Amino acid sequence: MMADVFDRVKTIIIDRLDVEEEKVTMEASFKDDLDADSLDVVELVMELEDEFDMEIADEEAEKINTVGDAVNYINSLQ
Amino acid sequence: MANLLEGKKIVVMGVASERSIAWGITKSLHNAGANLIFTYRQERSYQKLTKLLEKYDIQAELVVSCDVASDESVQQAFKEIKEKIGVIHGVIHSVAFAKREELKGEYADTSRDGFLLAQEISAYSLVSVTKAAKELMTEGGSIVTQTYLGAERVIQNYNVMGVAKASLEASMRYLAEDMGKYNIRVNAVSAGPIRTLSAKGVSGFNEKMSIIEEKAPLRRNVDQDQVGDATLFFMSELSRGITGEVLHVDSGYHIIGG
Repeated sequence: MMADVFDRVKTIIIDRLDVEEEKVTMEASFKDDLDADSLDVVELVMELEDEFDMEIADEEAEKINTVGDAVNYINSLQ
Repeated sequence: MANLLEGKKIVVMGVASERSIAWGITKSLHNAGANLIFTYRQERSYQKLTKLLEKYDIQAELVVSCDVASDESVQQAFKEIKEKIGVIHGVIHSVAFAKREELKGEYADTSRDGFLLAQEISAYSLVSVTKAAKELMTEGGSIVTQTYLGAERVIQNYNVMGVAKASLEASMRYLAEDMGKYNIRVNAVSAGPIRTLSAKGVSGFNEKMSIIEEKAPLRRNVDQDQVGDATLFFMSELSRGITGEVLHVDSGYHIIGG
């Protein structure tokens, strides 16, 4: 279950941010490690909402700094 | 609808991602046979645009840099279009900006510079673009801008952008009068909430979409493609008798009183 969410999140990140697969780890920070700007993060949140058919509230979205934050948040709702 | 815009050259301003309303419009205009010219401001938008054009196999006539915050940049962009393309028949104005912190809380807290910035980028830009584009629209044509119900009514958190959109709609009407004598029509599409990057900047955006599903006559949200087709109508001869109009593409939500 956990791995499944991570893989789906990873696929979206690779596609959206044009980054190499090995860079996308649970610990990777969107801004520092994956070169995402604030608009990229908003775009990613929207992609995740579509992929997992869920809504991420603004307050929650602001707390997502690393890939792990996103994966854990999605897991917590499923 | 394949030939509605055959031979028409149209400038599209404001593609920032695949979710942009301007991208939905691009697809509709392209499918109707238009030749498209694009403007961008940020490098990131240029890269997104290039990728999108490739993905959808759309050939741009020209892509030029244009920062609507600067009259020189707008003049320069249309000068380049004039030199490389010549006559144009339409402009899609799909640009706006407000600081994120002004899109929540009380409108009364709007800062002076935040107010002016929203007005400048979201409303004055139509004036400046119309002035520059008019010189290239010697065969007449159509200009369409994008507005939202927040211009007419109070929509929570839309705040400074609602006031900027009111200014945009009023500008659209005054420009329609000015441009009419040159056979250039100026109209606006007022779309319901659509999941774009900009819309996500408005606090509590997801709730706005749920309200449409619950209360709008059609009980569903609209998307970029529906706005694209309505804009295609305004770009085409089918709308030749219409100028100075705000067309609501919102599943009918604007007629509901409560």
